[in-house]
Amino acid sequence: MLPVNYYLILSAVVFAIGVVGVLIRRNLIVVLMSIELMLNAVNLTFIAFSRYLGSMVGQVAVFFVMAVAAAEAVIGLAIIISVYRQRRSLDPQDMQLLKW
Amino acid sequence: MDASTFGFFLLAGLLVISSLLVVFLRNVVHCAMALVAALLIIAIFFITLHAPMVGILQVMVYAGAIMVLFLFVIMFLNPSVLERPRAAWWSFASLLAVLLGAMLVPLFFNNEPAADPVASTELFGSPEMLAKSLFNDFVLPFEIASVLLLVAIVGAVVLAKRERSV
Repeated sequence: MLPVNYYLILSAVVFAIGVVGVLIRRNLIVVLMSIELMLNAVNLTFIAFSRYLGSMVGQVAVFFVMAVAAAEAVIGLAIIISVYRQRRSLDPQDMQLLKW
Repeated sequence: MDASTFGFFLLAGLLVISSLLVVFLRNVVHCAMALVAALLIIAIFFITLHAPMVGILQVMVYAGAIMVLFLFVIMFLNPSVLERPRAAWWSFASLLAVLLGAMLVPLFFNNEPAADPVASTELFGSPEMLAKSLFNDFVLPFEIASVLLLVAIVGAVVLAKRERSV
């Protein structure tokens, strides 16, 4: 059986890639996709620990993370559609109504 | 290097490559396709880690429902304008990525093979065990999750509905 930290390193690398995507992309849809990538990296950590500790709690946690991620994607995409209707743009730089 | 280790490194390489493609491809539809590939590879990892139920849910919920939603929104908005690169954030983002990577360094020096705690129980990860855990210990979070999904449905309809001039 592989050591658990192989999985931890892999999921941390994927998480870091997701963080970079959120920071450098200028398209709201891709930013949301990077957030999904980060959530999946965390899910991989949960499942790896659930396997190596022999406990089902990790899998239940992944179940709830999936439910929350689905809700987050739905609401996020609805917000993107409504913002696009008003601004005609998907660039986060154009959404600076609250910027001082 | 035995077959399972080789398989892990092959899948890990593919996962890292497809995540990089999600972040660095210019076309949004190509990003979505790369994300589908990454999610499917993560589902394979789940199944090899004795979580077949969660792996199947991953394919159905993520690669099925959520990605269809993403593709539908991409089609609906049709972002034909290619985005300009954001130069100022590149340094900050790469610094942050290096920091996150540097936190991994202790993990590399700690790779004793783990004991296998679930070799005796073949049922581990089966839908029965997941359901027992979910409906005994986590009933209240389960109900709260269903309420959350209901709120998300109503909120999405209200947000995306075209406003009528009153």
